[in-house]
Amino acid sequence: MSTTNQPSAILSYPAFLRRSLSLATDGSLRFYAWMTALTAVALVGANAWANQVATGMITTNMTDHVSWGLYIANFTFCVGLAAGGVMMVIPAYLYDDEEMHKVVIIGEAVAIAAIVMCTLSVLVDLGRPDRFWHLIPGIGRFNWPMSMLTWDIIVLNGYLVINLHIVGYLLYMRYLGRKPNPVWYFPFVFLSIAWAISIHTVTAFLYCGLGGRPFWNTALLAPRFLASAFVSGPAFIILVMRVLRITSGYSAPPGPARTLIQIIRVAMVINLVMLASEIFTLFYTGGAHGVSAEYLFFGLHGHHGLVAWIWTAIAMNLLGTVLFFTPAALQRGWTRILACLLVIVGIWIEKGMGLIIPGFIPSTLHEIVEYAPSLVEWKVTAGIWAFGLLILTVMLKLIANVFTGQLNLPGSESASR
Amino acid sequence: MSDSQLKKSLPIVTRRTAVKGGFATLGAAAFVGAISPLRHAAKETTAAEFMQQHYQELSDEDKRKVIARLEDETKEEYGADVTIGDDRPLPGTKFVYAINLSVCNGNGKCVEACHKENNHDRATNQSYIRVLEMPKGTMDMEQGNTTYTHTVPDDGKFYLPVQCQQCDEPPCVDVCPVQATWKEEDGIVVVDYNWCIGCRYCEAACPYHARRFNWKKPEVPAAEVNPDQSYLSNRIRPQGVVEKCTYCLHRTRRGRLPACLEACPTGARVFGNILDPDSNIRWLLENKRVYVLKEELGTKPAFFYFFDK
Repeated sequence: MSTTNQPSAILSYPAFLRRSLSLATDGSLRFYAWMTALTAVALVGANAWANQVATGMITTNMTDHVSWGLYIANFTFCVGLAAGGVMMVIPAYLYDDEEMHKVVIIGEAVAIAAIVMCTLSVLVDLGRPDRFWHLIPGIGRFNWPMSMLTWDIIVLNGYLVINLHIVGYLLYMRYLGRKPNPVWYFPFVFLSIAWAISIHTVTAFLYCGLGGRPFWNTALLAPRFLASAFVSGPAFIILVMRVLRITSGYSAPPGPARTLIQIIRVAMVINLVMLASEIFTLFYTGGAHGVSAEYLFFGLHGHHGLVAWIWTAIAMNLLGTVLFFTPAALQRGWTRILACLLVIVGIWIEKGMGLIIPGFIPSTLHEIVEYAPSLVEWKVTAGIWAFGLLILTVMLKLIANVFTGQLNLPGSESASR
Repeated sequence: MSDSQLKKSLPIVTRRTAVKGGFATLGAAAFVGAISPLRHAAKETTAAEFMQQHYQELSDEDKRKVIARLEDETKEEYGADVTIGDDRPLPGTKFVYAINLSVCNGNGKCVEACHKENNHDRATNQSYIRVLEMPKGTMDMEQGNTTYTHTVPDDGKFYLPVQCQQCDEPPCVDVCPVQATWKEEDGIVVVDYNWCIGCRYCEAACPYHARRFNWKKPEVPAAEVNPDQSYLSNRIRPQGVVEKCTYCLHRTRRGRLPACLEACPTGARVFGNILDPDSNIRWLLENKRVYVLKEELGTKPAFFYFFDK
């Protein structure tokens, strides 16, 4: 709809972006301290990565036996976070839960930041990042449809674009004081729901399609990934909403958080059931297929580098699940926060030290070479998280500004609903 | 909106913007400082190398230039005069390998020969071959040991050398996102070291632990560099890429035998063209009880094991 008093989008959209960026980087002293700290950590990470590129990946603790480590573990978790970020879209649109609309956009912001973290996690894992352009379809040589990695690149980038569009469009419309046009909005929301499932499924296929790695070669991997994403994503969003309420005063109604906790309850139980069934097949059958699991849970031939990790993860996941089932979890209190933190860290370990690393131990020739991330790997990973949080903070600030009416087109208030 | 409205808000924006601009500049400078080690890495990569196309897309002229550049670089960085060939598959040839496990005694000469022939990094003592010491009566690799140091052969043991199986259904080729690795007509799976991005997905996919990654720049003393090289084979690999056994294509495509076979003191190793009905390897495969590793994975190895009795 074009009205004479509305400026053309060609002029106002760049102005919107400029103003929003300007406002999103304004704040209290505490805000600046937070942003400075994140920048500092991100810079430490960038420096560690630059050194890794210059000296070679010998600076990591990875080997020909354990050829993927912390980076790919972190990548896997972030894909789950990105997929989970959109899970709240499902109740909002499929069941027409009006209140959920207000927090959906937060989930999408989390998804965007998480996808950026995914891309960075893969980039830092490349031995030749200068040849990144070989991955660009058309210029490079894209092994599609054979390689699952090319599928992953497509779905992750597609997901990023879809979510950038949805978030950008919704905020811009609010800024203009207009009602979003469903034509530009609904199809993409439904696409993003299907796409959220695809990103984590394809990421699971990356591992479970490898016949030579019996620990990963299970049809349960993709459903398990999805179930744990439905936990870590919503749990992360609950935490973000809490932080947002305290720091910016932008508050969502309590209903959506309760819906998210219902999702977490169901998904976590399904996740644990699948874990139990996986453990049953591995240990009851025994033999070569169970060796990695034996190493992971109990140690093998005197090597037990992952045992402490996995039991910590299991304890955290179980405790978190119990806490989520208490009535206190439905209230805004410490129980909920603690439960969220427990399952987020629990799933991060389970997806990383509990899945990627034991897939390589013992190796395909059944040699045991252990792995623990080097300081460089920790620095780079911390840098990626800091950068992701930096992006998330700017986006949340922008969302809060638009939704609280601090950022809108001059003279458009009267048009807003 | 009127111009006066905009102007009124300008001074506030300007002051804030100035402070923010200062911090942004500082941040950008810090970022440039943080990633400055990349400049060192960039110095190692010439524009020609960066822009180089995939091996299969290079014209003969391109290849000549690339190879001349690689020879110059080897001279400059390793102080060695080398010739890098562009050995193509011989028509009507499909190379296969077989090992007589009754004869192999685990002496490891093949491992050593491979290391030298293929210009592997001296510090890491890399090789494409690993030899498993296995207790008699089992084919379960779980029982194997690759790090034995005692005199061989040991009582009650047999030895299982494993290297690239040059599979007919290679999982490593399927998973490569940029087609940096492929199977040639003579059955050899090769890597374009100048196209590999170093994601190591192939390493994860290989069920035979046959691929190696260059975690750092290989170190080879000038005197020890094997000067007979080929683009897809034993030329000194760049840092950050994956490499693998090529059945010594720089030798075998020129009518010689693989270095590991020549080094084997027991005669356990047999190599040849399976399409040649008169070849030794053809006779063996037709008359011995032959088996392949991890057959159940469907990789269809072109690498066979057999026992005399």
